[in-house]
Amino acid sequence: MTGKKQWIKPTIVPLRSGLLNKFGSQEAPWIDAIDEVPIPQLLEQYGSPLFVVSERRLRRNIQRLKRAFSARYPSVIFGWSYKTNYLGAVCNTFHQEGSWAEVVSEFEYQKARSLGVPGHNILFNGPFKRPGILRLAVSEGAHIHVDHLDELYELEQIAQQLKTPIEVTLRLNFDTGYTETWSRFGFNVESGQALDAAWRIASSEHLNLTGLHSHIGTFVLEPRAYANQVRTMCEFMHEVESLTNCHITYLDIGGGFASMNSLQGIYLPAEQMVPSEEQYAEAVCDVLLELTHDRETRGFKRPTLILETGRALVDDAEHLISTVVANKRLPDGRRAVVVDAGVNILFTAFWYNHKVMPTRILPGKPEDTTIYGPLCMNIDVVRNSVMLPPLSIGDNLVYSPVGAYNHTQWMQFIEYRPNVVMIDENRNVSVIREAENLEVVTAQERLPAHLSAAYPQGAPEDILSERSSDSNN
Amino acid sequence: MQDESGSVLPSSQSLHRLAISESGFIFDPTSGHHFTVNETGLDILRHLQTAHSPAELVALLQREYSASEKEIERDVLEFAAMLRKFIGD
Repeated sequence: MTGKKQWIKPTIVPLRSGLLNKFGSQEAPWIDAIDEVPIPQLLEQYGSPLFVVSERRLRRNIQRLKRAFSARYPSVIFGWSYKTNYLGAVCNTFHQEGSWAEVVSEFEYQKARSLGVPGHNILFNGPFKRPGILRLAVSEGAHIHVDHLDELYELEQIAQQLKTPIEVTLRLNFDTGYTETWSRFGFNVESGQALDAAWRIASSEHLNLTGLHSHIGTFVLEPRAYANQVRTMCEFMHEVESLTNCHITYLDIGGGFASMNSLQGIYLPAEQMVPSEEQYAEAVCDVLLELTHDRETRGFKRPTLILETGRALVDDAEHLISTVVANKRLPDGRRAVVVDAGVNILFTAFWYNHKVMPTRILPGKPEDTTIYGPLCMNIDVVRNSVMLPPLSIGDNLVYSPVGAYNHTQWMQFIEYRPNVVMIDENRNVSVIREAENLEVVTAQERLPAHLSAAYPQGAPEDILSERSSDSNN
Repeated sequence: MQDESGSVLPSSQSLHRLAISESGFIFDPTSGHHFTVNETGLDILRHLQTAHSPAELVALLQREYSASEKEIERDVLEFAAMLRKFIGD
């Protein structure tokens, strides 16, 4: 023991009256382990930055959501939304829990099939399904959600070629009164477009209308929006069944449930803003039960309810760990830190204020801090303003929730993308996506012969060596 | 690091006019602004009453704190820049 005091970065903070934070100041919470695996151990083995997925949390989330809906409605199916997070280990965790695959492209369809999902467990959405993959999906029994009339005609042609009728689902759009109408996808109900499409299907020898789909938006914080959605879909179902003599077997209400994240511009904490799974389930199932109770008397089963929940199932099951690489003082006096994880891998930093936690109790007064990523780009701001105590180089910061949309929207930009690991229910850690290196990033490049060398005539001289030869003369 | 004739540390006139409480509350009677500093910042301000150069200040702090000269110098540079910003050169 030297008897000397511990050095804590000196701080000086101006006091300003009238600018007090109305929510008060909070002690910075900290996190030193994920699913009981110590963070230093994870970093030592897999490097920084590092994404950490909790298998336990993934399973718990889908089990809870399933319970909330299955307790209220007799027939419920979940389709795992691949675009939210299509890492194979994440997808198969949900598939093992009984989820189908919800895909929106050739790549996602092929990925689901490669993971072992049969065509009849795939819901195929999206405005562009390449002809080859659409034909394959039809022949493999996938559920095709039709987005526009041109796709309807394409499906009719495929059915003629395959000499077998195709069961199709119409994607609908309409106003719920709560969310912005996503009118670019599917057929509009209010204008009569959706009914026209249903009539067209009814007049075809090759197509049968068996399902209805709609997706009302993203990060929907008002459960009543779903109640209105189900009401409109049920009314449309009754209308098309009585007018066109079709039989609707399922209603797919898409996704959009919010996760425990904080959207930028919303100042209340997520815990106060985000409805529980029970609230969403109640809003959906109460209306669905009410509007389908007479189907059995008419000889129809109640339609199966399909949900394509993504974000609310995966977001809080993943953390990103980063390391502080530099401290800065901005010209306006604010403190900034540079960390080794930027918006290239944490794409959702553009619209969320992620929770940021150190991995130990940090001494010193919290101060308004900007967190910059490592990119040489002005846009690389991970948190614009967060209260943090002084940080030293090598300190770690953990961001959460980060499980939704980061592994699908991240980009290989400037830096390599890091390891992603998963902690299983027995606390075993596995790499589920390896860190990139030069070989991975350049694997798809090809150099024409005449561009195979950077300097075929030899590299230009260093500017400093020119200067030193000048001074020698 | 620059010496007293340079621009790293605020002038002794600026420093001497500050009212500094033991809890780290600082009042600048010229501007009317007030600030808070943490314990390390308070020690720096205390030593600035006697230290005449950044190197002298760093040496004084090294006697009290378990940190490398490089780390202390780096943080003193930043703290001094903040002081100059808030109370003037």
